[in-house]
Amino acid sequence: MTATAAIPTSVDATLEMLTSRGYLAERSLATVVFLALKMGRPLFLEGEAGVGKTEIAKVLSAALGRKLIRLQCYEGLDVASAVYEWNSAAQMIAIRLAEAAGDTDRDQLSSDIFAERYLIKRPLLQALEPDVGGAPVLLIDELDRADEAFEAYLLEILSDFQVTIPEFGTVKAPAPPIVIVTSNRTREIHDALKRRCLYHWVDYPTAERELAIVKSRVPNISAKLSAQVVKFVQALRNQDFYKSPGVAETLDWATALTELDARSLTPEVVGDTLGALLKYQDDIQRMQGDNLQKVLKEATSD
Amino acid sequence: MTIDHLNPPTGLMADNITGFARALRAAGLPVGPGAVIDALNALQVIEIGNRADVFATLQAIFVKRHEHALIFAQAFDLFFRAAEEWKHLLDSVPLPDQAKKPPPPASRRVQEAMAKPAMRDAEEQPPQEQEIKLSVSDREVLQKKDFAQMSAAEIAQVTRAIAQMSLPQAELRTRRTQPDKRGLKLDLRRTLRSSLRTGGDIVEIRRLGLIDRPAPIVALLDISGSMSEYTRLFLHFLHAITDARKRVSVFLFGTRLTNVTRSLKARDPDEALASCSSSVEDWAGGTRISESLHTFNKLWGRRVLGQGAIVLLISDGLEREADARLTFEMDRLHRSCRRLIWLNPLLRFDGFEAKAQGIKMMLPHVDELRPVHNLSSIEGLIKALASPPSAHHRSLIRPAA
Repeated sequence: MTATAAIPTSVDATLEMLTSRGYLAERSLATVVFLALKMGRPLFLEGEAGVGKTEIAKVLSAALGRKLIRLQCYEGLDVASAVYEWNSAAQMIAIRLAEAAGDTDRDQLSSDIFAERYLIKRPLLQALEPDVGGAPVLLIDELDRADEAFEAYLLEILSDFQVTIPEFGTVKAPAPPIVIVTSNRTREIHDALKRRCLYHWVDYPTAERELAIVKSRVPNISAKLSAQVVKFVQALRNQDFYKSPGVAETLDWATALTELDARSLTPEVVGDTLGALLKYQDDIQRMQGDNLQKVLKEATSD
Repeated sequence: MTIDHLNPPTGLMADNITGFARALRAAGLPVGPGAVIDALNALQVIEIGNRADVFATLQAIFVKRHEHALIFAQAFDLFFRAAEEWKHLLDSVPLPDQAKKPPPPASRRVQEAMAKPAMRDAEEQPPQEQEIKLSVSDREVLQKKDFAQMSAAEIAQVTRAIAQMSLPQAELRTRRTQPDKRGLKLDLRRTLRSSLRTGGDIVEIRRLGLIDRPAPIVALLDISGSMSEYTRLFLHFLHAITDARKRVSVFLFGTRLTNVTRSLKARDPDEALASCSSSVEDWAGGTRISESLHTFNKLWGRRVLGQGAIVLLISDGLEREADARLTFEMDRLHRSCRRLIWLNPLLRFDGFEAKAQGIKMMLPHVDELRPVHNLSSIEGLIKALASPPSAHHRSLIRPAA
């Protein structure tokens, strides 16, 4: 954990901060990140899988020296697993001990067993707690996987950054956390929540930017191979695939090719490693034979 | 000026306002006698000087829900333009000439409501025995259809029938829990809290059960020429469903695919359908089913088919370009939803056989094939939604010789 860094003062400074941590962002993304930090508003990132939505939160927490708290959403996510839960077993033991000691004061008993030490804090509650290093970065990942009921609850938390626990009281964040919400659009998120946030659609990078990303993330790749890899992937995105490869897939593939000591793209090596890029059998089948040759020829021509 | 609440003013104005309230009621606004008295009193309070003030006053009293505002405005225009006595009540501002513009949505209903009762009480047969055919003139086929011109009788018939149908509200078991005496999970937190009342002795075990919720519905509605008689009716049905449950997405396809989910969210059916028809470019053109399914699978499938969605594919399956792509896209759609129900109006013909190439190709990839051409078949559909999927509806189709 690095020392806490100050919030950047301009879009350029934000861009620089992200770049220094190896996240090569489009200027538009740097702009919304800057605004989110400046205005203290949650940032809502939507986009295809593997374009670096989750990565932003990690890079921000590292660059600002804040704690990263991650809440992975799934269907049926409820307050007990997202916010807090009472440690009932420990509470029961406490009740038995009180009985054994002969304590019969009921009010005293209930205030004792609903004390903070019996409270199991889940990510959302952790994010509201004071932190010496400054407010944490709260990553709410793949919100679309949770259901509407949770979304409504989240809306409440994101509006006033406080949680009320009936037996315990209200926990309010001294400084609101830096909130990043991501969604893969397996469901449309309600407008009310989007209104609270700054919205940004994270798109696939341009060829130049992707090349820069590959070079910075896969340092030992040859210049020739990296250029071919990026050209090939960009060509794939122009085709009508069910699931186009994201930046994460490009990096995986580039890493795989360097591990295999490939010097340049050949039909054999591409055929063997296509599973790093395309994740649907239908898509892989479409990339056989003539189609593969054609795209490969384009990618390897200088 | 003092107001006597028990003896509201009588005379011309009172007659007018009472008549106006009656017209509003006929057009479907909930206007009670209390509102009429309020309106009369309010009109005494404001200085009746111009039309806009009167409009605002009456609107504040008669319109209690935003979706009624449009109907109110049209009724006001019609009623007080027609009333000769209006001039005696206040100096009215002359209305702009409306004749050049096509009548806005809802006005057909308002006009009918104001028409003589004899015109309104058209003979109505019981809905089950009557096949609903909506007339489509040739002129409409190649241009945007104006749903707004749907008659009050049609709307009343369809919506009344649909309102009587209760949609199943629990087809899907979720992972979320709620307190339930017969539940299977132990609710330690509540058990413990209730034990404190007895000094820590557990008297009652509290339990949690899983919640059942309505499944999301995704409707893909064919609006090509061959389907035009049914399109409006289905849209009404879908509008009613959208009103009743949360997660309904509606797509229309002819030569291209349009998402009209948001348009259907308007509470007033006239407004919803008008907004639909303005957002769709290709009413009653040709069909390109495989093209539209491809677009849906690629752009929308993963966005709306999560959480165990039921897909209603409403189409006659008469596809000109039936090829391997159609099979492929149908298969993909089938595999990415929990249940695919194909509603085909062609099934109304006795002895219907799956001869068309497109229908033959689509048939293996649906869970159920159902007729949908009258209200009773819509009732059947609703029953089917509530019951577990069954394959016996396929037996309705005899393989073509």
